[in-house]
Amino acid sequence: MKLYTKKAHELHDLLVNKEISAAELVRAQAERIEAAEPKVQAFITRTFDDAMAQAAKVDAKIAAGEAIGPLEGIPMALKDNMCTDGVRTTCASKILHNFVPPYDATVVTKLKEAGAILMGKCNMDEFAMGSSTENSRFFATRNPWDIERVPGGSSGGSAAAVAAGQAVFTLGSDTGGSIRQPAAFCGVVGMKPTYGAVSRFGLVAFASSLDQIGPFTRDVRDNARVMNAIAGYDLKDSTSAPVDYPDYEALLGQSVKGWRVGLPKEYFGEGIGPEVKAVIEKAVKVLEGLGAEIGECSLPHTEYALPVYYLIAPAEASSNLARYDGVRYGYRSEEAPDLNTMFKKTRAEGFGEEVKRRIMLGTYALSSGYYDAYYLKAQKVRTLIKGDFDQAFEKFDVLLSPTSPTVAFKFGDRTDNPLQMYLSDICTLSVNLAGIPALNINAGFANGLPVGLQLMGKAFDEAKLLQLAYAYEQATGCHSQTPDLGV
Amino acid sequence: MSNETMQMERDFDFEIVMGLEVHVELHTKSKIFCGCTTEFGGDQNTHVCPVCLGLPGVLPVLNKQVVDYAMKAGLALNCEIAEFSKFDRKNYFYPDLPKAYQVSQYDLPIAKDGYLDIEVGGNPKRIGITRVHMEEDAGKLVHGGAANLAGAEYSLADYNRTGVPLIEIVSEPDIRSIEEAVAYLERLKSILEYTEVSDCKMEQGSLRCDANVSLRPWGQKEFGTKAELKNMNSFKALQRALEYEVERQAEILREGGKILQETRMWDEAKGMTISLRSKEEAHDYRYFPEPDLVPLVISREWVDRVKATLPEMPHIRKERLVHSYGLPAYDAGIITGSKAMADYFDSACKAFGVDTPAGVEVADDKAKERAKQISNYMMGELTRLLNASEFGYSNSPVTPENLVGLLQLLEAGTISTKIAKTVFEDMFASGKPAKAIVEEKGLVQISDEGAIASIVRDILTANPSVVADFKAGKEKAMGFLVGQAMKATKGKANPGLVNKLLKEELEKM
Ligand SMILES: [Zn+2]
Repeated sequence: MKLYTKKAHELHDLLVNKEISAAELVRAQAERIEAAEPKVQAFITRTFDDAMAQAAKVDAKIAAGEAIGPLEGIPMALKDNMCTDGVRTTCASKILHNFVPPYDATVVTKLKEAGAILMGKCNMDEFAMGSSTENSRFFATRNPWDIERVPGGSSGGSAAAVAAGQAVFTLGSDTGGSIRQPAAFCGVVGMKPTYGAVSRFGLVAFASSLDQIGPFTRDVRDNARVMNAIAGYDLKDSTSAPVDYPDYEALLGQSVKGWRVGLPKEYFGEGIGPEVKAVIEKAVKVLEGLGAEIGECSLPHTEYALPVYYLIAPAEASSNLARYDGVRYGYRSEEAPDLNTMFKKTRAEGFGEEVKRRIMLGTYALSSGYYDAYYLKAQKVRTLIKGDFDQAFEKFDVLLSPTSPTVAFKFGDRTDNPLQMYLSDICTLSVNLAGIPALNINAGFANGLPVGLQLMGKAFDEAKLLQLAYAYEQATGCHSQTPDLGV
Repeated sequence: MSNETMQMERDFDFEIVMGLEVHVELHTKSKIFCGCTTEFGGDQNTHVCPVCLGLPGVLPVLNKQVVDYAMKAGLALNCEIAEFSKFDRKNYFYPDLPKAYQVSQYDLPIAKDGYLDIEVGGNPKRIGITRVHMEEDAGKLVHGGAANLAGAEYSLADYNRTGVPLIEIVSEPDIRSIEEAVAYLERLKSILEYTEVSDCKMEQGSLRCDANVSLRPWGQKEFGTKAELKNMNSFKALQRALEYEVERQAEILREGGKILQETRMWDEAKGMTISLRSKEEAHDYRYFPEPDLVPLVISREWVDRVKATLPEMPHIRKERLVHSYGLPAYDAGIITGSKAMADYFDSACKAFGVDTPAGVEVADDKAKERAKQISNYMMGELTRLLNASEFGYSNSPVTPENLVGLLQLLEAGTISTKIAKTVFEDMFASGKPAKAIVEEKGLVQISDEGAIASIVRDILTANPSVVADFKAGKEKAMGFLVGQAMKATKGKANPGLVNKLLKEELEKM
């Protein structure tokens, strides 16, 4: 039995029926991580000892005849920007290489309460800035479908780990596409929830008004299951939304007949690769076959999403990352004769190129005399972009587009040209600016590489996205493939 | 031009223009964005948590009590409360600022457009309040081997104070003299004490004052270039710093020089202001809306709820004391200058049975006399002893009830005024009631005519030469004889009786 290809809901049944024990499952998971790691390199930190101890507790519970929760005993991993009490949290940065938080992020608390078992912390672009995980200060993660290609980013480690069977599910964070794009490149399900649906407490901030945590899973049911565990209002996060959160999993399986699905024409333009377009068009046909009503729509301010994003996100980042000054924790340059030099050297040595680039961009955008022209203007355009979606959702239940203009690219292809790299995210940025939810599922393959399909919904309409994706998955079986790593 | 202005014009060749920025620590239980205590002191870095330490990933949650207090202060300063306000980040690097930004309010403060009335030399004046906004305090650095960071061998950071809530109260540039500046700060402190939003202890840094100072020729409309003064940690420091700065600027202007726009620091030890940074070197704080907090929306009901908690303000209370008890305006002004002192007075009046509902004059002269007695004792002896001790009116060792106990003994003639003073000092030192001390030490006044008459006769017999002096018309001799009688009774003899009996006996001789 290849446990590492199984979904959480399947493993839950095996545990409940005592066909496997949690200890066996965790041990098998650890072995799979070690077997795949030389090729994938998804993990910065492993927590196997703690995981085994947790598994023993779950087994004791099962042996005592107690009921276990839907995620209890399920091995998982976290992007290394979510704080874990007593476990190093690095953001794949030299500046936090030794940082051990004395507290758990709210999502970690929730997953612990749900009984999920942490196997380790996943690689990422430094401080979540990047689209390929090549910006990790430690090492690059490889795409399990082709290890010469990037897994996407910034949550590349989390996406690759799920695709490679190194975790049943993982959490990532999405600021401009950092869950959906790697999910697309690695052929897994990735959800970017509504801003405010999942607590950001304990998520090391990149851009506070855009960041959102979400799950990577091997199928839609698992995604709904993890969303059930992590979504909800949190007193510790003032931007968290005090609304009613549905049981996402219970809502799966309903007919999507008559659902209006809009195709924003700006997302099917020139920049989209023909191989991607072909797979997406086929997928649209499938949905049509399921009774969905397909129509074209327009999001006219889409072309401004990239510049707006690259003003707002770096501006917030420049402030959020200012605390890494070497005074209290993390890396400190030892060669400084005075305070200001210590600040400068610590930050110059501690941050990588991309992070420094964005800090400079953001500092500039907020500078006196430029604030109105850049930051304030960007916020106004952001409102227009949000307005585009509001209008589109008057006519459509869900919008559909490619997740990324291309399939996974090769290492080094875009590292010399930041702008080219930024363009990887043109289909995903607007969603963060508008604060709405979006989901990536695997639509099919082009030349053996996964092609991602993005579903976008109204704020707090995650359930709808999951329902439509579930119907597609059931109709196509697109979630059943696992990359062959030869291990 | 008023007489006053003309007078000032003769005194000084420039018109002074000032505005004050006052930072006040709010006396809430917990910090502004976390649950840590705001208590002063404590071992270094014991009143901290991941949130106020700004560790990666933490988020602020606004303490509603801070909003209540800021609103209360705003209302007491006659401000308009903003229905919609927000928080912003003020970005700068310093080791006492763990997030490298201070959460403050930039363009939409919680309160604005208020005023405060002061009085200088009997002349009333209204000073505009531009705004009141909320922000968080920074930590404290302790330097090794030097007074400042520059030159220190090492520096240690204590974050206990980080995240303690502050309000900043910014005045309009309406202040025209150093006396007005001091009066403004005194009145502001008094109002804030009344609202009980802060303990206003300048020596503990819970009230800090910066000043914008400029000069202009009399009659000129435009403001001169201003200097911003920092680090004035007492009323005396404010006064001295302003005196120094005004003279410094005047000298430059007299010599035809130009004032530089800069931030200057008051150096208490050197007694001068020192340039900290010029306008060109001023920080670019890169303010932007704090994305981790949602905008603050304040309903009418919320404002009304806070308004209902406002106490009687000092000027109203002063009028009440003048009207109800007939206290001189000056005395009433001093008593109501501090809420604790005014509360003490009210409690004492109650204990003496002379309290009266607001707006009602006390019935008789005796009641007024009692109130006056209380007021006199407070403004004299009690204030003197409190100032020399670590106590204040809120925790005075002599309670209002015990003070009244003493006044009752005086009123009944049980002790003399002179003895009362000694008893009061004993009361202050021991905290005991007057009666206990008087009984313990046997200080009851001797009012027995027979007993005093016998003492008087003894003294006259023992001092024939003094008696002769008196008979020869030397009035001074009388004083000596009274003194002898008091000495013989250890001050317990009723002085009125002594006088009367001495005269009687002398006439007989
Ligand atoms: Zn705290």
